[in-house]
Amino acid sequence: MTHLEEELEQLMEAVVSMTKMTISQMQKAKEAYLTMDVDIAEEVVHNEARINAMELSIDRDCENIFALFNPVASDLRLVMAVLKIIADLERIGDYAHGIANYVIEENDRISEDLLDKTQVFKMFDVVISMLEDIKIAIVEEDTKLARKVYQKDSKLNKINKNASEIITEFIKSDPEITRKALYLFSVIRKLERAGDHIKNIAEDLIFYVEVVVLRHKRAPEN
Amino acid sequence: MKKGKSNYELETRDVNVYYGTNKVLSNINMQIEANTVTAFIGPSGCGKSTYLRLFNRMNDYISDFRKEGEIYVEGKEIYKKKTKIEELRKKVGMVFQKPSPFPKSIYENVVYGLRIQGITNKGILDNAARTSLKQAALWEEVKADLNKSALALSGGQQQRLCIARALAVEPSILLMDEPASALDPISTAKIEELIHELKQKYTILIVTHNMQQAGRVSDKTGFFYMGELIEFGPTKQIFTNPKQKQTENYISGKFG
Repeated sequence: MTHLEEELEQLMEAVVSMTKMTISQMQKAKEAYLTMDVDIAEEVVHNEARINAMELSIDRDCENIFALFNPVASDLRLVMAVLKIIADLERIGDYAHGIANYVIEENDRISEDLLDKTQVFKMFDVVISMLEDIKIAIVEEDTKLARKVYQKDSKLNKINKNASEIITEFIKSDPEITRKALYLFSVIRKLERAGDHIKNIAEDLIFYVEVVVLRHKRAPEN
Repeated sequence: MKKGKSNYELETRDVNVYYGTNKVLSNINMQIEANTVTAFIGPSGCGKSTYLRLFNRMNDYISDFRKEGEIYVEGKEIYKKKTKIEELRKKVGMVFQKPSPFPKSIYENVVYGLRIQGITNKGILDNAARTSLKQAALWEEVKADLNKSALALSGGQQQRLCIARALAVEPSILLMDEPASALDPISTAKIEELIHELKQKYTILIVTHNMQQAGRVSDKTGFFYMGELIEFGPTKQIFTNPKQKQTENYISGKFG
């Protein structure tokens, strides 16, 4: 293995670690929101700094690889893809952090009926499953698996689209819940955005492996 | 630090070098740790090769060479009267820009230094030849016929043979003066990988005109300009955030 290959392998290991950390943050954010457990929420808030530190560290590694090894071809695409992927992971981490903050600020739970109808916990599960897919896709450079996240993302979009109407109806029937309902809507929006960022990661991986640019194009078919 | 001693593998203190009246190195202070690769970069005539050759006293052959200051190898001043130059050169091996094999067999090239030391035991010589060729990543390519003329090897192989020859006398320090500048990219990559491997056992100084090469192989980089050491620091820092404007201008190709 050449020196550059060693560096790139270490870089990918760091990206996988950051992905695992992001998955764990999203799982804990879900648990915190499900149980309104402030302790778990605070753990998520605490771990946010670790995700940010991982992003900065990988960012610096990429800068060093550019400056010292002048990567070309697939090596260059890999480093470029990594730079974009970690920015997306960091944003997903921010969403988990934001959700945890709601739990800390608003530790009184919203009605079960509204949670069920909006399908917010299904959204959490879909996002976590997309992250799991993308983690394996990164490890195995599996673009077929990366493309699977597109289908899952459309589920998120659908839930997000229906949510506003459902929440509006609930508020109309019980204006007292407005504040909590708005928080819920914000959580749903964050999960929908997380899906978009995971889709970006899939595009970056496909760009690296297949040299196909998918950004700003329609979702590719399987 | 006490005069006459150094805690570093290599060190220079307040070194000035003159060729006649021409001052070619000015007040160079540098400390180099063991088992690291240090690259010297800078435009032609900046003094980097002269500086490299101070460590095995190769400049002594230049008639009007004169130096001031102290130069230490493994803690000892090497320009004292009592310094044995042959002993110093056993410790400090050198590889030159152009591969320079002797017109002898591969085997005889590698064991040349040992024969000069008077070693005749075939077991010792065989062992040294095998070990050095393996360390120089050449063994697999030549093991079938060690009696073949070294001149029949490719340029890249000849250079690795010269590295094997330098390693055979078991030095602790390797000086490399543009070791890959006469080679094609594949051979260059092999030499660079080799440097990366060899630092486990050796302290390596390399002069290079190829800035990317300095980036790829070295832990620390020194930038020389007009006989002065403008900047010396970790290679990552030199290549991403140099402290001196001159260094930045040189590594980004704005002058030099």
